[in-house]
Amino acid sequence: MSSKPRIVITGLGLTAPNGNSLGEFRANLLAGKARIAVIDVRHMGRHPAGVCDFDATKWQKRKEIRNGTRVGSISIFCAREALGDSALDWDKVEKSRVGVYLGITEHGNVETENEIHNISQFGNDTKYWTHHHNPRTVANNPAGEVTMNMGITGPHYTIGAACAAGNAGLIQAAQMLQLGEVDIAFAGGVSESIHTFGIFAGFKNQGALGAHEDPTKASRPFDKNRNGIVISEGGAIYVLERLDDALARGARIIAEIAGWCINSDATDAVLPNPERQTECVRMALQRAGMKPQDIHIVSTHATATALGDIQECTALRTVFTDCPETRINNTKSFIGHCMGAAGALELAGNLPSFHDHWVHPTINIDELDPECALPGLVINQPVKVDRVDAILNNSFGMLGINSALIVKKYGVA
Amino acid sequence: MTKDDIKQVVLDIIADIAPDEDLTAVKPEVRLRDQLSLDSMDFLDIVMELRKKHGIEVPEADYVQLASLDSCAEYLHPKFEAKGK
Repeated sequence: MSSKPRIVITGLGLTAPNGNSLGEFRANLLAGKARIAVIDVRHMGRHPAGVCDFDATKWQKRKEIRNGTRVGSISIFCAREALGDSALDWDKVEKSRVGVYLGITEHGNVETENEIHNISQFGNDTKYWTHHHNPRTVANNPAGEVTMNMGITGPHYTIGAACAAGNAGLIQAAQMLQLGEVDIAFAGGVSESIHTFGIFAGFKNQGALGAHEDPTKASRPFDKNRNGIVISEGGAIYVLERLDDALARGARIIAEIAGWCINSDATDAVLPNPERQTECVRMALQRAGMKPQDIHIVSTHATATALGDIQECTALRTVFTDCPETRINNTKSFIGHCMGAAGALELAGNLPSFHDHWVHPTINIDELDPECALPGLVINQPVKVDRVDAILNNSFGMLGINSALIVKKYGVA
Repeated sequence: MTKDDIKQVVLDIIADIAPDEDLTAVKPEVRLRDQLSLDSMDFLDIVMELRKKHGIEVPEADYVQLASLDSCAEYLHPKFEAKGK
């Protein structure tokens, strides 16, 4: 990618179940603090879930919140926080040169379920179906709400990529910046999935919904007794710019996008394929001009399903042989699976490692599954390392979509 | 239900759908759109809430009758009376 413009991260805003800023999120990851609630899921009773508690009224009028969607509010909060973090002089930014690219796992389930419930109270008469349904459920909704809130007149759309969506949003933005389509991109991933019972029911009937008497221990990737996914909401949106533009305005550069790959299993709707995952990671490394030994943190996708964790470990074991400096961790053990936001949030929680040299662990491992016993897996306690120059962020999703994104510390050759 | 009661019904609906608006000094004779930040979707919300909460139907051709609190009261009063309210 040397002939193309270099792309850097210059801002970040997030909301996670255990933090509404990078500082709070990171502190909890290093302190081993998970936060998973137990919520009432329509038709299904009580289940563990990751719930965000950001203040939507910080950036939205109450009418905007009422007429919009939960994921719209998550997106606006994250984008506005990212803007503040970037220190862009927003009044002077040409808004037609700004793009919004948000990864989503799904969209519209929440509003559709709500309206089906609503009209069920009126004999299923569709004259009671809200006229807000279509603007709330069009697939570009969260990105569009951001543009309306912030006055952005450049392109906006979502990238539907199942649970690989957080990486996919960032990759799309980097590509659009390299093409010169925009000068500034707000990009990442968002999810409101805890508000749709269909996601819970689907995973439960697939035998993949996590449960534990202590909700903070329900999400336990790589543990021998893991029993499935904890569904969470959240968002992480980054400000991306071309390096030259960022340097010209004296921006603080958080990290550089080094390489990426998205590929497809083309084998099964739900079962992962470690061969394709291996190819995905290797292609990302090749495009970044890196060897496996150059990666100091691998942020895994593992969701705590019986097979999925093993499959990812198989792929990583294949790629990362003889890599004594490569540490491996997992964020879902703290916050559950934030679906469309997962990849973007999991990358965010690791970014401070470039400077503080701490690697947060994967927690909730009481008995490590031998099939997940990767060298370098950071278990239950953070570790201090000599350096962190590059992070590989894995995010995989249904229908066999794999994504691997590599970011590096700015200034490292 | 008096016409003043009906105006309050409409104000209560607006309070729900436009929670940022100050409704303490709404002038009943002035068009709602001229004194509040309401758009066409908000008026559809008023129509929907009248339907849901009070069983009142407002045909599209009559939406213009909802322009002000006074015109709402004039238009809706016989409809509420027909409902026995």
